[in-house]
Amino acid sequence: MSYDEKFQISTLAIHGGRVPDAHAEAVVYPIFQSATFEQQETGVTKGHSYSRVSNPTVDALEQAIGALEGTPQAVCFRTGMAAITTLFLSTVKTGDHVVLTDVVYGGTMRLFREVLNGLGIANTSTDTSDLEAVERAITPHTRIILIETPGNPTMKLADIAGIAAIARNHGLLLAVDNTFLTPVLQRPLELGADISVLSTTKYIEGHHATVGGSLACNDARLLDRFRLVRKTIGAIQAPLDAWLTLRGLKTLPLRMKAHSETAVLIAEWLEAHPMVARVYYPGLDSFPQKALAERQQASFGAMLSFELKAGPQEAIAVMNAMKLWIRAESLGGVESLVTHPATATHADVPVETRQRLGITDGLIRLSVGLEAAEDLIADLRQALDSVFGGNSERSANHEVCQQAG
Amino acid sequence: MKFASKLVSFDVAPGDPFRPMATPIYQTATFEQEEATAFGPYDYSRSGNPTRTVLEEQIAGLENGTRGFCFSSGMAAITCVTRLLKTGDEILADSDLYGGTCRLFTRVLDRTGITARYADACDIEAFAAQINDRTKLVYLESPTNPLLRVVDIWQIADLAHAVGALLAVDSSTMSPYLQNPMDLGADIVLHSATKFLCGHSDVTAGVIVVRNDELAKQIYFLQNAEGSALGPFDAFLFLRGLKTLKLRMDAQQKNAQAIAEWLEAHPQVTAVNYPGLASSPGYLLQHRQARGAGAVLSFTTGSAEASRIIVEATRMFSICVSFGSINSTISLPGCMSHASVPPEVGELRDLPGDLVRISVGIEDAGDLIADLGQAFAAAFSPTVERQVDATEVA
Repeated sequence: MSYDEKFQISTLAIHGGRVPDAHAEAVVYPIFQSATFEQQETGVTKGHSYSRVSNPTVDALEQAIGALEGTPQAVCFRTGMAAITTLFLSTVKTGDHVVLTDVVYGGTMRLFREVLNGLGIANTSTDTSDLEAVERAITPHTRIILIETPGNPTMKLADIAGIAAIARNHGLLLAVDNTFLTPVLQRPLELGADISVLSTTKYIEGHHATVGGSLACNDARLLDRFRLVRKTIGAIQAPLDAWLTLRGLKTLPLRMKAHSETAVLIAEWLEAHPMVARVYYPGLDSFPQKALAERQQASFGAMLSFELKAGPQEAIAVMNAMKLWIRAESLGGVESLVTHPATATHADVPVETRQRLGITDGLIRLSVGLEAAEDLIADLRQALDSVFGGNSERSANHEVCQQAG
Repeated sequence: MKFASKLVSFDVAPGDPFRPMATPIYQTATFEQEEATAFGPYDYSRSGNPTRTVLEEQIAGLENGTRGFCFSSGMAAITCVTRLLKTGDEILADSDLYGGTCRLFTRVLDRTGITARYADACDIEAFAAQINDRTKLVYLESPTNPLLRVVDIWQIADLAHAVGALLAVDSSTMSPYLQNPMDLGADIVLHSATKFLCGHSDVTAGVIVVRNDELAKQIYFLQNAEGSALGPFDAFLFLRGLKTLKLRMDAQQKNAQAIAEWLEAHPQVTAVNYPGLASSPGYLLQHRQARGAGAVLSFTTGSAEASRIIVEATRMFSICVSFGSINSTISLPGCMSHASVPPEVGELRDLPGDLVRISVGIEDAGDLIADLGQAFAAAFSPTVERQVDATEVA
């Protein structure tokens, strides 16, 4: 069946990647674990020649991601960083300049610091929640802006439509790393961005079982350029990982809904806890950019951070006392994860920058999984109680817990 | 812990020093021994494999059983249960069984002198009348496939136990999220895990969960002796699929209810079989012994030809056997999944030629209903009827 753009996203997630398997009509597309493909005649292929260039299983995944993004077939990569590397190798050259959000993923910063800066590609990191700051960061050499919204780990948002207008005025490309929300909850391309970037490792595959990345856009020449660079540097996704990702994304709309609904309950519970100083979650009334989240997101997502009314040692002690929440890097899978940004995801960021961005040593980041909200809250409660003394939660919000069941 | 938490919060890799989030795939046939005469916990993957162990423990816990076993298909699991019987023993089964199970009972087991007899398990007195002292296994599905009849598991368990027979229940249409037959008295719970448990139409697998250690010992012996256990990679995919079981079933069941209600109101539908409809004869019993009606339903149109056209005219429903997947499927059980039912059993169960079975996926309910709507229009438009007649004449 060819997918129809009027279908709802839950339908597209199932059928968007359903390339008919002409040979056996299998409901699930085959894993073409083959490095090379026989030629019909010398030099004539049936569309695939070598799996570094393209592969039928990777194609099926790319069609599915394209269907979710509302674009032509996307381009998939071995990792999210391979996608980001390809993005820049395809769009900038020596002498060019890139504007990055100041809360960009640490791996992207490392790419610039350790690789691209040495090749004469400069970058400026700026506060992309401030449109004037974005304007000021642009130089005559700027070619592309890369933002992440919500930003990691304080969920700082960037106005995608606003920045898209600035990019258009200056003739620049705008790329949005939409890993935290996926096209199910936020549609950067429909808000005016040119390129959507995903680490498929996170929600898209959703089971903490593969690593991968994707780039999607509506510009056929840019897509060709991505494929050319990917082929040249050898960054394509592997067939089995593509197949697992394709399988994972079929439940993406269900998972995003469940993740987000639980995250709202957890954010509200944490905010009401007397030992919690601050919760960073775009769905809370206390979140300064809640109105922007409501404007450009379908819901508030399932990533949040909070700070205790205590120091870093207590934060680490609370994390260590958690039983259901798993201490691990990454995010977006079925299991709930907890991380300490100052020593894990953002350990490479200089202390003064961390302070400016609000990434204090007492900040704890949560990726809310698919467990029952009641169980996740009970575990947070016992962890806080174990560090701050029994019954640290004097204002228990039982209603929230009961709804969560 | 709530069911949603149990599905994702368990030790995915016991004793593994790297603490991965996904269970490692131990794709190995054999395991090195520390000493020539001493084995570690694993020696050979037919006998046991670490990936499969994680899965078997998880599934036993979800079914409230003593121990779980995973097989290379649902039929391999059912076959293993029948190996508990010997020549001269009898199976008494409900008359509405999966066609493959019927084939096994009637055309394979007879070669070893095991007799299968069938009776309507919804009629408790008639069913009880068929039990005798040779009956060693009572076997049923609930809700049944494809007629969605609901069998009173509790009452049948009492009947079976009164003559010392075991009760085995194939709970594939429900999954442990919606029904736990062991809590209702079953001794053995079976699943075609290909269906809701794996949920993505990409694994063929079967499950046995048993009530007690004695049965566990026997099933383990048979699984190892016959070499029918699930492979490591399929066990990994099964484990991965299981994590979203609740989300999938919730969404599929909600869609199924909407479709059943739409079908019930459709003027061309003569009957809808779905225990989630208040008009269904099994409605009350289903809500007493299970936590939902599931996502498989069937209906009739009064015309075998119209039913065939509907099945072929849908675009979002794949025409295929199997059920329980995230993508919706449609079939004509009389010609497909139940074609292997022997004629003598077929007569007893009276499977109508216009019966259409639907397994509802997680697509948008509105999209699915719109698709069914256009398929009904195709089947019942005057032009199509004329075309059908012309074809028949030709």
